[in-house]
Amino acid sequence: MEANTADGSLGSRAPAWALGAIPLALIAVAIGAFALLGGPGLGDRTGPPVEDLAVERTVLHPGEIELTLQNDGPDAVDVAQVSVNDAFVPFAGSGRLDRLGSTTLTIPYPWVEGEGYTITGVTSTGGTFEHEIPVAVETPEADAGFFGLMALLGIYVGVIPVSLGMLWLPFVRRVGAEWLRALIAFTVGLLAFLAVDAGLEGLEIASAAPSAFGGTSLVFIGAAVAYLALAGVDAYLSRRRAAAAARGAAGSAAAYLALLVAIGIGLHNLGEGLAIGSAYASGALALGTFLVVGFAIHNTTEGLAIVAPMATARPSLRRLIALGLLAGAPAILGAWVGAAAFNPSLAALLFGVGVGAILRVIVQLAPSMRDSDGRLLHPGAVGGLVAGLGVIYLTGLLVAG
Amino acid sequence: MARKMSRRALIASSAAAAPALAALHETIPHRGLHGALGGHPDAAAAETKGMGGPAGHAPGGVASHDGFGGGTVDHAANGFDPSEILRDFDYGKTSRLSDGRVLREWTIVAQDKEIEVAPGVTYPAWTYNGRIPGPTLRCTEGDRLRIRFINGSQHPHTIHFHGIHPDFMDGMPGIGEGRGGGLIETGEQFVYEFDAEPFGLHLYHCHVMPLTAHIAKGLYGAFIVDPAEPRPDADELVMVMNGFDTDFDGENELYAVNSIAFHYVEEPIKVKRDELVRIYLVNLLEFDQINSFHVHANFFDYYPTGTRLEPTEFTDTIIQGQGQRGVLELRFPYAGKFMFHAHKTEFAELGWLGFFEVVD
Repeated sequence: MEANTADGSLGSRAPAWALGAIPLALIAVAIGAFALLGGPGLGDRTGPPVEDLAVERTVLHPGEIELTLQNDGPDAVDVAQVSVNDAFVPFAGSGRLDRLGSTTLTIPYPWVEGEGYTITGVTSTGGTFEHEIPVAVETPEADAGFFGLMALLGIYVGVIPVSLGMLWLPFVRRVGAEWLRALIAFTVGLLAFLAVDAGLEGLEIASAAPSAFGGTSLVFIGAAVAYLALAGVDAYLSRRRAAAAARGAAGSAAAYLALLVAIGIGLHNLGEGLAIGSAYASGALALGTFLVVGFAIHNTTEGLAIVAPMATARPSLRRLIALGLLAGAPAILGAWVGAAAFNPSLAALLFGVGVGAILRVIVQLAPSMRDSDGRLLHPGAVGGLVAGLGVIYLTGLLVAG
Repeated sequence: MARKMSRRALIASSAAAAPALAALHETIPHRGLHGALGGHPDAAAAETKGMGGPAGHAPGGVASHDGFGGGTVDHAANGFDPSEILRDFDYGKTSRLSDGRVLREWTIVAQDKEIEVAPGVTYPAWTYNGRIPGPTLRCTEGDRLRIRFINGSQHPHTIHFHGIHPDFMDGMPGIGEGRGGGLIETGEQFVYEFDAEPFGLHLYHCHVMPLTAHIAKGLYGAFIVDPAEPRPDADELVMVMNGFDTDFDGENELYAVNSIAFHYVEEPIKVKRDELVRIYLVNLLEFDQINSFHVHANFFDYYPTGTRLEPTEFTDTIIQGQGQRGVLELRFPYAGKFMFHAHKTEFAELGWLGFFEVVD
């Protein structure tokens, strides 16, 4: 009779970790048996092998084209021959790409700057894939000088404009509570625009990324992770802040909000730097004065967004500089990564992270928009939101040229 | 092996608007059996293929601008070698009819077969006797010809000969079914029988709809009817100009003479200096409007369709539409290497290019 109650006695005798591990072990055994028996009852795929390649990176050196391919399909792909503009060419590198594998093919070819090329690969099954180089431009060498240039670019479009924008702090301090709420709303509008912009750009990049690594879902994953991470940091810091407040420290709430805004904008600028760096590396972007000026004006408004929550605080200069760097410097990092090792999957993820961070910041800032009656969308706030959207849109036009 | 399936899909997602992002993503249009891994290079071969660029097998300096990255086609696995096809004339089994005429008999079998059409690239071909082009049938005008056709392919086929013959011997679906001809279904057979006329250079091919596919897949060959008074002795060569649409997008990926792109770059055609060389040139290229032939540093007499014994032209370049053919006669006065290729340079760089190696 007692044996019938084995359920209870087993549960009480075995340690908890073992109970947790049993299903895992059974799953492992089932998978192993399934694999060993070759998927009993399922048979082979009925269609032809699925060959799906993504060209992850194109590097042009004088007399040479280098393609990095990523296998994006369920089957191995064998690139047997390569032609450039309808002429077969020799190439170096293995044409074999296992599932999720990648390879780099080096094609000696006398390409001419400014001309277009279509590279066609023929696989072992006779399938073809095409890659277009719309305008051939030499890929910059990733040497110290190049990284220096990218750093300068990051400083021009990230650090300097954000820091300049922060110089609105004295102005922000002087304006009354009503104007301040409108300014916060302005910041929120600006951030909302950036979130949408980054999201769309991320999705666009993701559509070119290998779907095997998530494709467009990477943008949403990135956004969710960033949002949750910042929410977690928020929960952690607010406990500490509560403790600090108990000890009598004041003004840290505003400084904390500014920190969050800086982080959100920093993540956004990381994506921006990535786009600029990769565009420059592939020759699609001229580093004209116009572009730099455009980005500078565009990003100056981001500085205002950081200082707006600090109207009532008295942050140290060091702190302000740190916030400026936090918001602006990621553009440098982004430019480096974008120029030296652009990868559409990574870029999509990072753009998603930017979106999530900005959304979190908006949620954080929104309460500060409330007026004395507790209304969120009062005339001042609405005006500020629309102005924020409008200004960032208009300054964005400077870059779009 | 699994049944053949083919698919033609090009799903090119638009690349990121910023061309900057230099990323491209496509589903490879493709087809075919994965039998690919059967008769052709394994991964190890693929490793070595690219490494050396113009590998040892390629004549120095040539492959650096014309030809593949390396690797060679496994002719043994294909069951035919373009170097052998050149001078392979099939006169059939001969006997005498009661009236004293010569009777020639051949057996031609339609077979589905994977062919390695370029190093490492396989194509699910349809063939006559397992080769592309099919056997070069050769006879003399006035002979009686009997061609037993056995359809061993998974698809219905015919043999349509260019020549003069009754309608039910024409290999046309819908004509002659009542007499056992017309469309020949899988596993069935039929004997085409007619007189060899007129003399000249002709061709044969499958004439089943869709015609484009049945020709593009490889069902064709050269058909030579010699004049009763033979042409002068010569080193005779058969060149069937063709191509392959390996991804079934209606355009050829590969161009060649006798099927294997760049084959005569790797193995130049050896001919003797001052000896008369006669080329039986047939154009069976599908999809493209015209094909052409050009020989370097030399000129030739051209006999269109080979139906007259007087040349119409002394030239170094001729053009042929699909089904056009002609006889070329030339002598090489200098020893050395002389290129020949389609003077549609795109075809040349996609495989239709080779060399004569003239020796003393």
